[in-house]
Amino acid sequence: MEFGLSEEQDLLQETVRQFVSEQCPPTQLHAIFDAGEGHAPALWQGVAELGLCGLMLPEEYGGADLEVLDLALVCEELAYGGLPGPFMMHSLAAHAIARAGDSDQRGRHLPALADGSAIATLALAEGEGAWRPEFWSTRSEGGVLHGTKRFVPHADLSDWIVVGLSDGRLALVEKGAAGLTVVPEEGIDRTRPIGRLEFEGTPCEVLEGDGAVLERIGDVGLTLLAADAFGSASRLIDLAVEYTKTREQFGRKVAEFQAVKHQLARLALEIEPTRALFWYAAHAVDHRPDEGPRSAALAKSHISDRAIQAGREVVELHGGIGFTWECDVHLWLKRIMFDRAFLGTPESLRERCAELEGW
Amino acid sequence: MDLEYSEEHRAYREAVLEFLKGWPLQGEEANLPEAEREALFRQRGIDAGYVYRNVPKKYGGAGEPADPLRDAIVREEFFRVGAPWDLLNQGAGMLVPTLLEFGTEEQKRRFIPKALTGAERWCQGYSEPGSGSDLASLQCRAELDGDEFVINGQKIWTSNANEAHWMFGLFRTEPQARKHAGISYLLVDMSTPGVEVRPLREMTGGSEFNEVFFNDARVPVTNRVGEAGGGWAVSRATLIHERNLIGNPNMMRDCFEDLLTLARKTQRGGRPAIEDPHIRQRLIEIEGYVRTVETSNMLQFSATVRGDALKAMRPMMMNKLYSTDTMQRIQRCAYDLLDGEGMLAPSAEDITGWGRNTSSTGWVEAYLFSLGPAIAGGASNIQLNIIGERGYGLPRDARPPEKT
Ligand SMILES: Cc1cc2nc3c(=O)[nH]c(=O)nc-3n(C[C@H](O)[C@H](O)[C@H](O)COP(=O)(O)OP(=O)(O)OC[C@H]3O[C@@H](n4cnc5c(N)ncnc54)[C@H](O)[C@@H]3O)c2cc1C
Repeated sequence: MEFGLSEEQDLLQETVRQFVSEQCPPTQLHAIFDAGEGHAPALWQGVAELGLCGLMLPEEYGGADLEVLDLALVCEELAYGGLPGPFMMHSLAAHAIARAGDSDQRGRHLPALADGSAIATLALAEGEGAWRPEFWSTRSEGGVLHGTKRFVPHADLSDWIVVGLSDGRLALVEKGAAGLTVVPEEGIDRTRPIGRLEFEGTPCEVLEGDGAVLERIGDVGLTLLAADAFGSASRLIDLAVEYTKTREQFGRKVAEFQAVKHQLARLALEIEPTRALFWYAAHAVDHRPDEGPRSAALAKSHISDRAIQAGREVVELHGGIGFTWECDVHLWLKRIMFDRAFLGTPESLRERCAELEGW
Repeated sequence: MDLEYSEEHRAYREAVLEFLKGWPLQGEEANLPEAEREALFRQRGIDAGYVYRNVPKKYGGAGEPADPLRDAIVREEFFRVGAPWDLLNQGAGMLVPTLLEFGTEEQKRRFIPKALTGAERWCQGYSEPGSGSDLASLQCRAELDGDEFVINGQKIWTSNANEAHWMFGLFRTEPQARKHAGISYLLVDMSTPGVEVRPLREMTGGSEFNEVFFNDARVPVTNRVGEAGGGWAVSRATLIHERNLIGNPNMMRDCFEDLLTLARKTQRGGRPAIEDPHIRQRLIEIEGYVRTVETSNMLQFSATVRGDALKAMRPMMMNKLYSTDTMQRIQRCAYDLLDGEGMLAPSAEDITGWGRNTSSTGWVEAYLFSLGPAIAGGASNIQLNIIGERGYGLPRDARPPEKT
């Protein structure tokens, strides 16, 4: 039994961490956050040059053919650095095409997605947050789409949109297609802007894979979101450690007060051990099909919920400055608010965990 | 114990209800701008003896004889219909009671009437970049030069400073005195040359608090409230009023009602969330806290009326933390009900701070905003220290020797 990372995986994380800390320091992150586009071409270029855009895509199309765990480890590091941009959704959408597309579709789309010259995203949710096809009404008839999708990340930016259909299949829509309207919604996480998509007779390619692909995309997505929330919460803890070690009140560092030390240790206690939870989920999604869906839902519901509480505590530990827009803290708190809601809130996922177990 | 009101107080409530038939305004008056409508009705309330009951007439209040039960009746009924009542801002809510207690006759006549109407708005200049929880370490200097103070230094987190006409604040006037003894409470005209306000932005997207810089700003010595070096004691009085504002039970009740409305209109598994057993458990648990705030408030109130406030000391010093924690429970539950819309950002209209919440994005704002009161007016850890040290006599943290 070995539940640890390989040398390559350690190296991958180190490389990504170094890249983000050098290329996207907090000053730049704030600038991108404020601008609200959630994208910086140079950063995307950098991500592409590291070979991350096609991490899970087959080698024959320029991908690295790695696993969910590798992708999750990258997501953790990108989140730790707060990197804005479409990485996670792009990876999921590309994976969907790789799994559900026929060889012609794969050949046409994957190479550009693998080298990052094209960007893809996912359009799933309908209504106030229905993430499963039973509750969708978007459908394809005679090669055109009808319906509305919400909370679509980077909707404006993406060259390709993978759309979930009510019959459980997926369809591919090109940017600027006829009958496609993108209505931006003001998202809380300005590093990953979201929009509403309206399809009125929009031409699409249906991907031939069955509903199993959509399920898999959901499981992979939950795992990546869990990793993202974990990375974000880890950053928040480090911010609080750094701040309380320098901030002085009553003639001493506030970290010297045992109350502060314990508050910090408590919130770290809720986060640090959960690293194993998302690792396990990532591994299970690839290698333990019986456990994958439930592990992914459990990891994402648990970690995102704990992370959001940690974020709130970290605001408090910063005092007045923690409540400001200029402070780094809210960038990660809001990132977690995205992670928490995307693909289902903790409450709805817990419900699903119980159902999957037949309770 | 007898929860029934006396004949006299029942009749009083009837009169209040009768008076409140005049709100909202009717006819021509209904078309006035909102601020004018409120000012008009507030003045009627003062004239009728319902608003600013405890502020003497000569300073612009109603000047009614002290009767806490009548206060409570008025407050309850005015809140119920949302009629303009005492302003609960820094001026009317914090400065006025402080001046009534410590101000000179001239200060009272000069400042109270306009604070009551809101014609002059106030901000509270206590915190500094280096002095928050440890407020008494503040460094912003006010040096006496003839019959003026010359102020140099900085305040921060000053809510509403950008729209305030005046600041009440703490300044170091006797640098040679020990920490707490060197501070005076001064009133500063914000239009004084050398006072500069720079707005800060909050993480909710709002822009309420500010930095205030002083560069040789001159303030007449007559604007000192209380003794030279006696500002700490004066500020403690203001602080009690601030904590009471933060712990206002009416506000909490409104917020809880808004949560129930949300639970009724949100669907869970094909039915309203309020019918979901898990949500019901949480709602009732929260109601336990809300009702505790309300009933504890009644207890503290009666103890005070009897002159027995000492007996209610512990719950009194718990009010602020208990309230901000309860508010956070409400916000958290609402946020959990939001689903995908929990990842939307508040729009400009949603940024209401304490205000009512009717939309998803309004709740997102409230969820973020509720962290603010947990820090302002004494952070939660400081409240815990107060409860432990003053409420239960636990030894204080050992502190390094004071620098003077
Ligand atoms: C929304 C908002 C509005 C405000 N409005 C005003 C205003 O109008 N006027 C004004 O003067 N100020 C205002 N403030 C400032 C507020 O009073 C201070 O932020 C607060 O007192 C905390 O001080 P600080 O920010 O310096 O944090 P710090 O004192 O630096 O505290 C940082 C952290 O250390 C902890 N800590 C500090 N000392 C101890 C200890 N002894 N034991 C354990 N833990 C400790 C705190 O709990 C906190 O978590 C406002 C603040 C907010 C958030």
